[in-house]
Amino acid sequence: MAPARGRRRFRPSGALAGVVPFFAYTTVFLLVPTLVVVVGAFLGPEGGFTTANLEALTEPGFLTALRQSLVLSAVTAVLGAVIGGVLAYAVSTSPIDGVLRRFLTSLCGVLAQFGGVALAFAFMATFVGSTSILGDLLTSSGIDSTAGAWLYTWDKGLMLVYLYFQIPLMLIVFLPAVEGLRPQWREATETLGGTTWTYWRRVALPILWPSFVGATLLLFTNGFSAYATARALVSQGSPLVTLKIDDALSSEVVLGQQGVAKAMALAMVVVVAVVMVVYGVVDRRASRWLQR
Amino acid sequence: MTGSPMTGLPLNGAPVKGQRAVRLRRQTWFRRVVVTVVVIAFLIPLYGMLNFTTHDPSGQVDLTTWRTLVDVNKISTDYPDLATGFVASVGLAIVTVSVMLVLLVPTMTWVRLRLPSMSRPVEFICLLPLTVPAIVLVVGLSPVYSWLTDWLVYFFGESVGESTIWLGLAYVILVLPYSYRSIDAGLRAIDVRTLSEAARSLGAGWPTVMWRVVLPNLRTAVLSASFLSVALVLGEFTIANLFSRTNLQVAMYLLGKSDAQISIAVGLVSLVFAFLVLFAMSFVGTTRGRTTRSPFRLRRNRQEST
Repeated sequence: MAPARGRRRFRPSGALAGVVPFFAYTTVFLLVPTLVVVVGAFLGPEGGFTTANLEALTEPGFLTALRQSLVLSAVTAVLGAVIGGVLAYAVSTSPIDGVLRRFLTSLCGVLAQFGGVALAFAFMATFVGSTSILGDLLTSSGIDSTAGAWLYTWDKGLMLVYLYFQIPLMLIVFLPAVEGLRPQWREATETLGGTTWTYWRRVALPILWPSFVGATLLLFTNGFSAYATARALVSQGSPLVTLKIDDALSSEVVLGQQGVAKAMALAMVVVVAVVMVVYGVVDRRASRWLQR
Repeated sequence: MTGSPMTGLPLNGAPVKGQRAVRLRRQTWFRRVVVTVVVIAFLIPLYGMLNFTTHDPSGQVDLTTWRTLVDVNKISTDYPDLATGFVASVGLAIVTVSVMLVLLVPTMTWVRLRLPSMSRPVEFICLLPLTVPAIVLVVGLSPVYSWLTDWLVYFFGESVGESTIWLGLAYVILVLPYSYRSIDAGLRAIDVRTLSEAARSLGAGWPTVMWRVVLPNLRTAVLSASFLSVALVLGEFTIANLFSRTNLQVAMYLLGKSDAQISIAVGLVSLVFAFLVLFAMSFVGTTRGRTTRSPFRLRRNRQEST
């Protein structure tokens, strides 16, 4: 028995060597950075434990940015989820290999993952200046009295631009869920005498609800961590947390800002972690009905 | 229309069919209205870009911007940042995709074959970047990178050590979740164990198994993971900007402050290019799945894919 046991003990350790490169790489480039943020938030410029960095989080400037970031992400997540959800359902009724579906999923993929700076530019080109297609129209019709300056505010302009990557992201993450609705469920509702309303109210919406909430949470974290679009649009002031972190990172005047940046990053991690825990719970419920 | 499975077997005749026909017609109209409205809304800013780059400030049609953009020599002399940014982004895409494939494909295959117990930890780590905002990653990466740069400068000199290309190592982390998902889907679709046991019993070593058996069967998955990674890398701004390195997006952003027309034109081109890549990719995946079906594929996946 002894050699057999010896071999059994040997084999897993030999096989484990195969995953060492992967874990080494992710340790250096993912786990260490995360630890640097978590630990560094409590370290002073000279090293040593301090809560001074965390005190910077109670400053009104940061609290305003945090509140605005949370409001912006929440509003665009809910709006994006509703509009994107309706769009996803509309797309799910089209042929599965049709050009329409490929076109829309590709377009949404671009806007959701690739947008960033280009998206901000697109809105400037559309709304600001004399050669923009809508800027003149809005100004001359009296709707816009700011000559396009509204585009650079967090609660108007950023909200509109954020919707342009939140709605597409919703389509991408929610489409599989809507596709999971089985035609048989609808047929069963009809056979039992139910109307379209009954089907949605009593069958489809209850099944989709967990996926919908999960997707909304995902959109929230997406909006909360977005940086590129905001950076390209906002050049004065820092209305959002991500821009505050940028300020702290690039500030070379004030010493100890690195620690403050880490503390703010930690605050972001905490917010995202809370949302993701809720997401995990919701997602487990969602997968009960839908095979994905 | 997805109505086909429903209308396939009308169980009790005309009334149900009529009701269904009405519903399907309503569905079609609903789809047309919603899709049209949303697509128009999506395309307005893109049209705004096109309009802005094809008109001079007085509103006359003026194609100088686009003429400049297609003139490679003029771009590299007049807008050196744009040229370096573009070259850097292409290099970054190559580095990111290569490192990602070398890291993920063997590891995931190995885990599937020999270490099923490690599949949860590997999945957890691969999906973790979804929950870590890129800007947080930057904050944490800055000591790692200053350490890395010190070593690289020490060994290879400043020009190599401070090159933008090393950002690719961090980009691998960014593309990890998306690549993991497509490679995982690819691995699910083939019976890796049978394939590798067959190859091994015919005398192949592990490198041969990986290179000549597993990899060819994962072609589609590897291709889509690579395409997606390329699109993500070409669109990356956060990390490069905060590390003060110039890639395509950073160059575009910097240029936006001085020459709006050119930068907006570049933005439009990059969006259209990314769209074409993703659109082409949507055909690659399915046509292969349909036409060449290896006998090693499991039947279960045929149902999954439809």
